[in-house]
Amino acid sequence: MLQEESDLSLIIAQIVQKLKGSNLYAQLERQAWASLQRPEIKLESLKEDIKEFFKISGWEKKLQNAVYSELSVFPLPSHPAAPPEHLKEPLVYMRKAQGSWEKRILKSLNSMCTELSIPLARKRPVGEQKELLNKWNEMGTDEPDLSLFRPVYAPKDFLEVLINLRNPNYENGDSLSFRTHLGLIQVPLKVKDIPELKEFFVELGLTTGQLGIDDSTQVPPELFENEHVRIGQKVLTEQDSAAAQQYVRQGSPTALRAELWALILNISSHPEDILYYEQLKTNVIQHDLLVDSLIYKDVKLTASNDDYYFVFEDYLYQVLLCFSRDTSVLSHFAYNSASPPKSYIRGKLGLEEYAVFYPPNGVIPFHGFSMYVAPLCFLYHEPSKLYQIFREMYVRFFFRLHSISSHPSGIVSLCLLFETLLQTYLPQLFYHLREIGAQPLRISFKWMVRAFSGYLATDQLLLLWDRILGYNSLEILAVLAAAVFAFRAVNLMEVTSLAAAEAVLADLSTLKVMPLLQIFLFATVT
Amino acid sequence: MSVQTIRNVFSVETGYRLSDDQIVNHFPNHYELTRKDLMVKNIKRYRKELEKEGSPLAEKDESGKYLYLDFVPVTYMLPADYNLFVEEFRKSPSSTWIMKPCGKAQGKGIFLINKLSQIKKWSRDSKTSSFMTQSTKEAYVISLYINNPLLIGGRKFDLRLYVLVSTYRPLRCYMYKLGFCRFCTVKYTPSTSELDNMFVHLTNVAIQKHGEDYNHIHGGKWTVNNLRLYLESTRGKEVTSKLFDEIHWIIVQSLKAVAPVMNNDKHCFECYGYDIIIDDKLKPWLIEVNASPSLTSSTANDRILKYNLINDTLNIAVPNGEIPDCKWNKSPPKEVLGNYEILYDEELAQGDGADRELRSRPGQSLGPKGSRLRDAGRTVLTTWK
Repeated sequence: MLQEESDLSLIIAQIVQKLKGSNLYAQLERQAWASLQRPEIKLESLKEDIKEFFKISGWEKKLQNAVYSELSVFPLPSHPAAPPEHLKEPLVYMRKAQGSWEKRILKSLNSMCTELSIPLARKRPVGEQKELLNKWNEMGTDEPDLSLFRPVYAPKDFLEVLINLRNPNYENGDSLSFRTHLGLIQVPLKVKDIPELKEFFVELGLTTGQLGIDDSTQVPPELFENEHVRIGQKVLTEQDSAAAQQYVRQGSPTALRAELWALILNISSHPEDILYYEQLKTNVIQHDLLVDSLIYKDVKLTASNDDYYFVFEDYLYQVLLCFSRDTSVLSHFAYNSASPPKSYIRGKLGLEEYAVFYPPNGVIPFHGFSMYVAPLCFLYHEPSKLYQIFREMYVRFFFRLHSISSHPSGIVSLCLLFETLLQTYLPQLFYHLREIGAQPLRISFKWMVRAFSGYLATDQLLLLWDRILGYNSLEILAVLAAAVFAFRAVNLMEVTSLAAAEAVLADLSTLKVMPLLQIFLFATVT
Repeated sequence: MSVQTIRNVFSVETGYRLSDDQIVNHFPNHYELTRKDLMVKNIKRYRKELEKEGSPLAEKDESGKYLYLDFVPVTYMLPADYNLFVEEFRKSPSSTWIMKPCGKAQGKGIFLINKLSQIKKWSRDSKTSSFMTQSTKEAYVISLYINNPLLIGGRKFDLRLYVLVSTYRPLRCYMYKLGFCRFCTVKYTPSTSELDNMFVHLTNVAIQKHGEDYNHIHGGKWTVNNLRLYLESTRGKEVTSKLFDEIHWIIVQSLKAVAPVMNNDKHCFECYGYDIIIDDKLKPWLIEVNASPSLTSSTANDRILKYNLINDTLNIAVPNGEIPDCKWNKSPPKEVLGNYEILYDEELAQGDGADRELRSRPGQSLGPKGSRLRDAGRTVLTTWK
């Protein structure tokens, strides 16, 4: 009991420390001073009166939302003497693997840089700056020659690294048994099984109404949809983050989704935020980075060719170019197993005083990165808000999909969860696919790394991302991947090659996400 | 059949008569709807008739604009209405107008003007040749250009919707659920320097596909469902539903306008391609109706869509895939509708009110839906009769 209490007070102290530096603190202070003018505030009961005032005016809610937001990325409780690396990633072998992967990426980036003799960063001449400013809203046209650039890495390269991950302390013996994991991931991490998933995702159960199922045309809206929309509007009026998060577990109505997500991610558009975005834009105009060309190439290869997202091509440049210059993103590396790559000012290699983070936000984009932003364009058409939402989604969720860590929402755990679910509940299918050289993870990996963006129809994708936000976890991606395999199991049993298996699973655009998830979790006989 | 063949089939000279087991895919005088000048003429006439009858549909607001029937941009025929046009032009001299040849398609011959001098040719001719009737090939319509179109991703787009009419009297029409939006490849700008740049202003695929940035994978096309999702997410459900209801309303009204003059030959059905533009106030405008909408495909998805379109159209027009009998009552069973849904069925609408299915979801049987639009508290159920 005492241990819990002291843990709690430690957490509280840490959060208070974090919030003290934030804008909200300054605003609350200002509000408190201003409230002294009000008649109901009396000197004798100053503390209580101000608290009461905050409650009524909605400032307490804002504070609650901010605390809730901090908690959602708060690292799991750890030993007070743990060094910071442990907060990033407790397992040593994972840290090592991540470190060597990062070295590889950086090497690849540097060699591309030397090959093409393009500097990693350079200041733009004034003429070019003017031109870029004019073209800011239509960077999709007249792009530079990108044929020599190639993406730094693609998801399948990353998969190879994960396949070779081994825990040096774990010996599972050479003899095959029923316990042998047949999949590609061979590290012993704890993943949930279906009974645990059923408990975790209880709101997706058969007896609870869902958007994505109970709003289809055959179901009269009085049964569920109308009430759900009404509750959604109430949540928005109350401006309560925690309630919103609970609410979207059952799906968010399309008209309310933009605001609900902003509430859950605790994004509100203050003038300071818009100013910050403009500042980033100025940075883009003044300096050109090598990663810019990588971003261009990625957008041209992926989003520009996508039936749903090609319209928003220009928004993607505006968001991603600014993103790579945003140093506030560096703070998420405190709980990310990855570390931002360092680069050195020309000629001063190895000298720590001349080291800078490159790119400034520490995130090197890979093939398909722009697809994280694309679906958000359906919700937000104001660039600075779109930017903030994307940044928050990245530092809360997406970063876990391309860094090696033992976190339950990390990509390694997701892969393991996917393979375990498949092996346990569809053993025949798994065995068959393995026999024909079509390890299921090879097909589903790219879905999970992109959080299914670009593979599902947009309205279905947004319903899926509703649940990611609602449960604050990416595990649903692995469950959906397994559910897709279960759905197409009959066809998959008949294929005889990896290519044929890929073909069966090539087109997911007609799938309805929620029924698949419900059937897999709650309606399959286990 | 192509339009030329239809003209021959129904022309008085050939004396050709269609027998009972022959069904053709055009109405004899479809041009009443599909030629730009005749469509406007018919709609103007329809409005005046309603006004004369004192129908609530023809109600006008304070500035004299029709409240419910203002869905075609101000249009004049040239050279016939030249003087009327000049009067209108002088009222708002900074406006842009679009010149379209009456009988052409695929964006051919269209250009924009913002000065009277640019159409001097028609004024000169109308002054000197008051008796000479211009051949139909040189007739143009000039409409007020919608220079504030709704932009998505900074680009202009229009909607292509397919509407199947099996009979005009009683009016029975079906709307294809899978319409699409056609985007321009170039960012929209109303600036006068770009008035000549057809890639900015004209959305026809025939034009856009010659643009530098044309992409063959998606073809600059979005499905109507995407548009709906985008609008609902960014603007809210009510205004989106209202927009789509208005679009359905426009289509039905345009068909009603030409129904009296249309030769309702029982051998005929027709699938029209409706072009609609939405402005930034979310008001839809009817641009034109095409009698032979392009059935070629520019992308893989397109091919699937057009294939299904033809399939569903024939399923409705010719029941059960048997040899048709033109005397049938043209009421296909619900199952064969495929991706079509009933837009308006005059027989059903005139039936008992209790029979109507007032589904609250948009896109269902829309006959009595008009009553939802007019929330002025009137007894508008009568307007659909």
